[in-house]
Amino acid sequence: MKESMGIVKTLQFYLTYPFVQYALIVGTLIALCAALLGVILVLKRFSYIGDGLSHVAFGALAVATLLDFGNNSIVVMPVTILAAILILRTGQNPRIHGDAAIAMLSVGSLAVGYLVMNLFSTSANISGDVCSTLFGSTSILTLTKAEVWLCVVMSIIVVIVFVFLYNRIFAVTFDENFARATGLKASLYNNLIAIITAIIIVLAMNLVGSLLISALVIFPALSAMCIIQNFKGVVIYAAVLSVCCALTGIVLSILFSTPIGATIVVADIAVFFVNYLIGKIVR
Amino acid sequence: MAYIQCEDLVLGYEGTSVAEHISFSVEMGDYLCIVGENGAGKSTLMKTLLGLTPLMGGHIAYSDTLEAHAIGYLPQQTFVQKDFPASVWEIVLSGTLSQCGWRPFFQKTQKQLAEKNMRRMDIWDLRKECYRNLSGGQQQRVLLARALCASSKLLVLDEPVTGLDPKVTVEFYQLIQALNQEGLTIIMVSHDIHAAIKYASHILHVEKEKSFIRTTQAYRKSDFWKELGGENK
Repeated sequence: MKESMGIVKTLQFYLTYPFVQYALIVGTLIALCAALLGVILVLKRFSYIGDGLSHVAFGALAVATLLDFGNNSIVVMPVTILAAILILRTGQNPRIHGDAAIAMLSVGSLAVGYLVMNLFSTSANISGDVCSTLFGSTSILTLTKAEVWLCVVMSIIVVIVFVFLYNRIFAVTFDENFARATGLKASLYNNLIAIITAIIIVLAMNLVGSLLISALVIFPALSAMCIIQNFKGVVIYAAVLSVCCALTGIVLSILFSTPIGATIVVADIAVFFVNYLIGKIVR
Repeated sequence: MAYIQCEDLVLGYEGTSVAEHISFSVEMGDYLCIVGENGAGKSTLMKTLLGLTPLMGGHIAYSDTLEAHAIGYLPQQTFVQKDFPASVWEIVLSGTLSQCGWRPFFQKTQKQLAEKNMRRMDIWDLRKECYRNLSGGQQQRVLLARALCASSKLLVLDEPVTGLDPKVTVEFYQLIQALNQEGLTIIMVSHDIHAAIKYASHILHVEKEKSFIRTTQAYRKSDFWKELGGENK
């Protein structure tokens, strides 16, 4: 009893700090957007696109830091969006396999990024820099007000786009050929999905680092699909799970000073296994 | 004027032609079966008619009574759909999207249309079921209801009986026949030449150089039918 009172007190104490509030706001919004997108990406068999793009973002970030633009997002965002559209295009080309294209771009950017960081970095702690970019260890607690606003605005845009185009996105995801035959511009929606994915991934780099973003995208969707049998339900349940896991992960990591990204992902994994078991028992 | 008039089509993709010199027309109420060997261009022809593959040559004219994109399309199942978590209701309703225009959400008329076609296909009781848990025959009825939501005039079916067991196959053909008798024009790509002879009013035989269209009676008298082991009646 005494201990739990202690935890609540510590939590209340931390919550008065703006950087903790920022982390919670940004974490919730990114988790929400990642889950919405995750459902589409998993169903379209594009799970790996998140992983590929996050590595591209890592490479772009290394180059951007080297060139020193002040705000790295100015460079990282367009490069990642471009890569997303490129990956989607080659995925439709029967001559180049989509998965091979993603793998190529992914490891390529990772290698170039690390090389650039090593060769040109002025920092004394290179491996620390690399580690925090890959695993996002502390960056979410050092967010500036501008970064928080960028994240809030982008997230709201993503949610609005998703809600308004929900029926069309469903049609394109379930059956692209039918959607095209009824006059829907499927490639437009595919590009839109690619662009939104890129935006979310760049934003999520602050939260969980570039190596763990895929988890944020994939786990809530897969958890929801274990139990729910209709599309709308899957989307809503995935969003709820994702937000809960992100909040739990952030709070736990503050209380026990664990790395935020990894803690969130572990929460996601735990929730997945619970849902998986429930799904097995119910069916 | 014919419903769909095709003149001297050249079919193919990425610059390589698959079939040439295809000319035929489809009248309202026809039941056309497109037959031919694998790789002869059946599917490419169908995708070209639907506007999914660009035409490499020739000309397709659609009748004015056929609104743009008002084609009910029953595609082959994709592997994505096999474990897709969508309810029957969600899938059928998505067939009415082309009527939404720029509106983001479905209106009452679209929901009524979806209900009407689900009752017509006898799947109204399954509306809350998940698509991936249905049998093959039920899944085809769901996709058929969705196609009917997209068009009340023209149905295009791509090898619809693939993977169905014999009893369900016969039921499905009878369903299509009934729709045809209600006045729908049917275009079906098929492997099943015997069913094509039995149900279709016209047969379009697609081959690389010498495609031709016949009425079913005339096709029965042709040498192609004899080669397939059919009796000339």
